[in-house]
Amino acid sequence: MSAYLAKRLGIAAVTLVLASLVVFSVLEIVPGDPARLMLGMNASDAQVEQLRDQMGLNAPLIVRYLDWIGGLLTLDFGRSYTYSVPVIDLVAERIAVSLPLALVALTLSTAIAIPVGLYSASRRGEAGDAVAMGAAQLGVAIPNFWFALMLVYLFAVWLRWVPAGGFPGWSAGMWPALKSLLLPAVALALPQAAILARVTRSALIEVLNEDYIRTARAKGMPYRAVLWRHALRNALIPVVTIMGLQFAFLLAGTIIIENVFYLPGLGRLVFQAITQRDLVVVESVVMLLVATVIAVNLIVDLTYAIVDPRLRSRS
Amino acid sequence: MTVPAQLPDDGVAKWIGKAFANRSFLVGFLITLTVAVVALVSFLWTPYDVTRLIIADKTQAPSLTHWFGTDHFGRDILSMIMVGARNSIAVALVAVGIGMGIGVPLGMFAAARGGLVDEALMRLNDLVFAFPALLSAIMITAIFGPGAVNAIIAIGIFNIPVFARVGRAGALSIWPREYILAARAAGKGKAQITVEHILPNIANQLLVQGTIQFALGILAEAGLSYLGLGAQPPMPSWGRMLFDAQTRMVIAPWMALVPGMAIVITVLGLNLLGDGIADILDPKSRRRR
Repeated sequence: MSAYLAKRLGIAAVTLVLASLVVFSVLEIVPGDPARLMLGMNASDAQVEQLRDQMGLNAPLIVRYLDWIGGLLTLDFGRSYTYSVPVIDLVAERIAVSLPLALVALTLSTAIAIPVGLYSASRRGEAGDAVAMGAAQLGVAIPNFWFALMLVYLFAVWLRWVPAGGFPGWSAGMWPALKSLLLPAVALALPQAAILARVTRSALIEVLNEDYIRTARAKGMPYRAVLWRHALRNALIPVVTIMGLQFAFLLAGTIIIENVFYLPGLGRLVFQAITQRDLVVVESVVMLLVATVIAVNLIVDLTYAIVDPRLRSRS
Repeated sequence: MTVPAQLPDDGVAKWIGKAFANRSFLVGFLITLTVAVVALVSFLWTPYDVTRLIIADKTQAPSLTHWFGTDHFGRDILSMIMVGARNSIAVALVAVGIGMGIGVPLGMFAAARGGLVDEALMRLNDLVFAFPALLSAIMITAIFGPGAVNAIIAIGIFNIPVFARVGRAGALSIWPREYILAARAAGKGKAQITVEHILPNIANQLLVQGTIQFALGILAEAGLSYLGLGAQPPMPSWGRMLFDAQTRMVIAPWMALVPGMAIVITVLGLNLLGDGIADILDPKSRRRR
């Protein structure tokens, strides 16, 4: 187990370091001088040069890279050029929107997908299965931002149940804040649920063909109990993998949905920072998201090892 | 295309018969064919000129003269959908080409060499997978300038590790086979075996993955052009049309409805086609589906 753990940790660390090099070099070759952008086109070359010195942009590459990494490790992400506040404050403020949104969406999608997958797998080939999988097939094909637009039209413009966009902030109270996250969460969750339901169903069908399922049935265990106690538990590995991927996607991939609903989340922050060339924000947030993806993958891998002891010895 | 070696000996005609008896394949094929024909027709003819703005005709509801209505510049939405299909297909198809063209050789190379080369290439794969694809595509297009070409590159890059993985896994499952041993005994080198025996035998899996990535590419392109990072006006694109529709949903809901339906139908068709092909080529998988 500890050898497996060490190898997984090692791979994650190497990936993280390589990723930081990629992010740093990409932003290094980006056209546009941040100092020039901050001062505007009328500033003299001397002024720009002075600001570049101040911002540490003239230091050698390796020094700047190490400075940046050191900052990341001590949670000092630098100051945003456009907002003139520490990046860490911006990030903290935006995570307070993106993280709850991702969690609500993931909960919703799991709550829909697992029962649908169980239902379909236990009624394989019947009409109910065909309807559920047809719906899932459709769900996979729907772009979430278009689905979001349709939800806005129906529930915000037409029925006026929820706001069409914006975020009142958590200070406005739990319910108004949650209410404005409801439509975005549904828009994010449905396509995800469609994928998850398909995975759950096929994993379950694979398991239901196993001998131990027949044994459990033969000894008189009720079908429902077999399904929940034996089949679902054994089908969890692919399901958990997809959930891990989806969580990472939900944290980072909400850029478009946050734009549809004008939500001040991490995705919108990084999108605006990219278009405004606020590179300090871009590199910190991208690195943070990449680190999250790597961490989630690591956790998923370790979960396997706990769920399935056979995997521990394999590598 | 070479006929994959796993096909039964009774030939292509019977394969086609089997294909059309599969409902997923049939529906998916017909939808995909229709979209492709619509895109091709748009090169020769569209009901209206999509570059001509007639403000007097703006935001007209669907009617006999404009089947899907008009947009805020008075452009005919049906015509824009037709030209947009061309754009979506081109971007997604070339992106699949990039992914296959680079990813498959890399994956097969890793499988053939094994050892350190394999390990290094797979770690590189992990690295690309660690970057959320959409975020990175947005970064690439925003930094290097929005446009169809950069959108293709951005989507294509993230297809590379996907195909590398499929190519490697497929090749690894073929290498231990007896006929490979025979080929090696006959004095063929690894490169020759890879081209002559491995590639034809993994073509099925690549075809299925290609269809899936094609569908994902259409979704990704729509997302990028919705954010204004894809094809630039006056070239119509489905994502851009949705962006324009967003603020006008109260007065012209068809502006949002039609491009969205176009995306859903196209992606659905491709996914059904992929499922169908997978079913036909690997009947065992049908029981799982």
